[in-house]
Amino acid sequence: MGGLLELSVAEAAGRIAAGEVSPAEYLVAWRGAAARDELNAYLWRAEDPVEEGEGPLAGIPVAVKDIFCTEGVPTTAASRILQGYRPPYTAAAVSRLTDAGVSLLGKTNMDEFAMGSSNENSAYGPVLNPWDRGRVPGGSSGGSAAAVAGGLAPCAIGTDTGGSIRQPAALCGIVGLKPTYGAISRYGMIAFASSLDQCGPLTRDVTDAALLLSVLEGRDRCDSTSVGIAGGVRKPSREDLKGLRFAVPSELGGEGVETGVREVFEATLGRIESLGGEVAETPLPHAEHGISAYYLIAPAEASSNLARYDGVRYGTRAPGAGELVEMYEATRAVGFGPEVKRRIMLGTYALSSGYYDAYYGRAQKVRAKIAADFSSAFSAFDFVVTPTSPSVAFNLGEKSGDPLAMYLNDFFTVPMSLAGIPAISIPAGLAEPSGGGPQLPVGFQIAAPAFAEQNLLEAAYALERAIGFDQRPPAADVPQGPPGQSASGDGADA
Amino acid sequence: MTDELAGILEHVDRIAALDLEDVSPTSHVVELENVLRPDRPRPSWPRDVVLAQAPDPVAGAFRVPSPQADA
Repeated sequence: MGGLLELSVAEAAGRIAAGEVSPAEYLVAWRGAAARDELNAYLWRAEDPVEEGEGPLAGIPVAVKDIFCTEGVPTTAASRILQGYRPPYTAAAVSRLTDAGVSLLGKTNMDEFAMGSSNENSAYGPVLNPWDRGRVPGGSSGGSAAAVAGGLAPCAIGTDTGGSIRQPAALCGIVGLKPTYGAISRYGMIAFASSLDQCGPLTRDVTDAALLLSVLEGRDRCDSTSVGIAGGVRKPSREDLKGLRFAVPSELGGEGVETGVREVFEATLGRIESLGGEVAETPLPHAEHGISAYYLIAPAEASSNLARYDGVRYGTRAPGAGELVEMYEATRAVGFGPEVKRRIMLGTYALSSGYYDAYYGRAQKVRAKIAADFSSAFSAFDFVVTPTSPSVAFNLGEKSGDPLAMYLNDFFTVPMSLAGIPAISIPAGLAEPSGGGPQLPVGFQIAAPAFAEQNLLEAAYALERAIGFDQRPPAADVPQGPPGQSASGDGADA
Repeated sequence: MTDELAGILEHVDRIAALDLEDVSPTSHVVELENVLRPDRPRPSWPRDVVLAQAPDPVAGAFRVPSPQADA
């Protein structure tokens, strides 16, 4: 069985198509692996009879972030307020996968409503990093990243609003791709910040990311902002980077980046040059204001989107409240965690009369300036590259008491989200944390112009081959139970 | 939470120093052309399916507490 689990998704799909591997056998092997979850990566796991799907990905199981609605299957967005909710329909992204023959392996843990960079904001306990169980896996798609890195799923999907696919992929040593806004339908994806949210794959390698994206992308009549990727997505095959120009933003350089992360980043720039690519600095003068703009725009949209959770139509209702407004207040007080409440307050404030122009209005203008900075960079360069995260995985609890320090984790990923452009994180090496300790994965981020996913994947593929990252998380010495409440017995699968 | 929110607002206030006089705010980052589809009726969700997830469904409706305490 171990051999089957070592195959990449592309390899497994090829062997299944050739009749060398039975899809049922492959799926059963992965269900067994998922059942050994000691990372609290899953909130729900499939146990229904194995059915062999049909299509290019027949027999391939996928772990799905619990923010995607799945018909009849618990969907909580890791929030108490949706405990026990079983949607009457399935998200378009998940339907596209199952139409291609994919089986749902399980629903993965996450920061509540995708608000967080450490997965510590889940109502069902944090996810542990498979490289070091005392550290965070990143967030908000932390369960999806930990499941793939920890050998609990062959591939996963997540969502990225300001880095929620790329940062956990980096901290767990896997590949994470945020496509162009509009590449994949958002229908059935529980909304956090609708102008930023985008679905994407978390995989072991770039080829698997391309394979999943080729199935996920496309126009959907249920999401008017979905346009798909013209020409589709093919398996990448490029072996060099000759003639390609890579920009390093001069403003996003030194400060706050761990020494080990900087060393891996610079070594990776050297690899780009040895593959024939050109590397030069370019100004992105407004990118450093990305965090400020993002933490006004995203909470503003969230405060509107989350108004729907009122204890009336779905989810939980606080018992015993007297009149209607008291019921709303009690339901939201009990149902939302502290980070969600913080962002609803921030967003409401940023949109309030008298502050709208100074906060939300200005943030939308900064967003336009950031997008213009990228357009200008792409007139002279093919790609913009940065470290994915300023640090390797940090300790559980290290930043949970300081929301601003947590927000600054998204420094390198937020500008691309604001500009709506695609970006991928690939594992580039290992580095020692600034506080000392065993080496941990470092992610390298590559961003491309809107809808240039194929070029992005080709470059990432060539670089991935040159880096040759083949390290896996160490096997756990002592099995540990997940901290906090285990969702499996706590209502997420009620 | 007051101190935390004050710290966050202090950070985001940095954008107050930028010159954004002639900048149009972003409404959508990807250029889109509006398209219209034929307005054909389609079936919607059956009422019992929608009500199945409600905390307190009754008689084909969502029941809520009275808006007035004494009612």
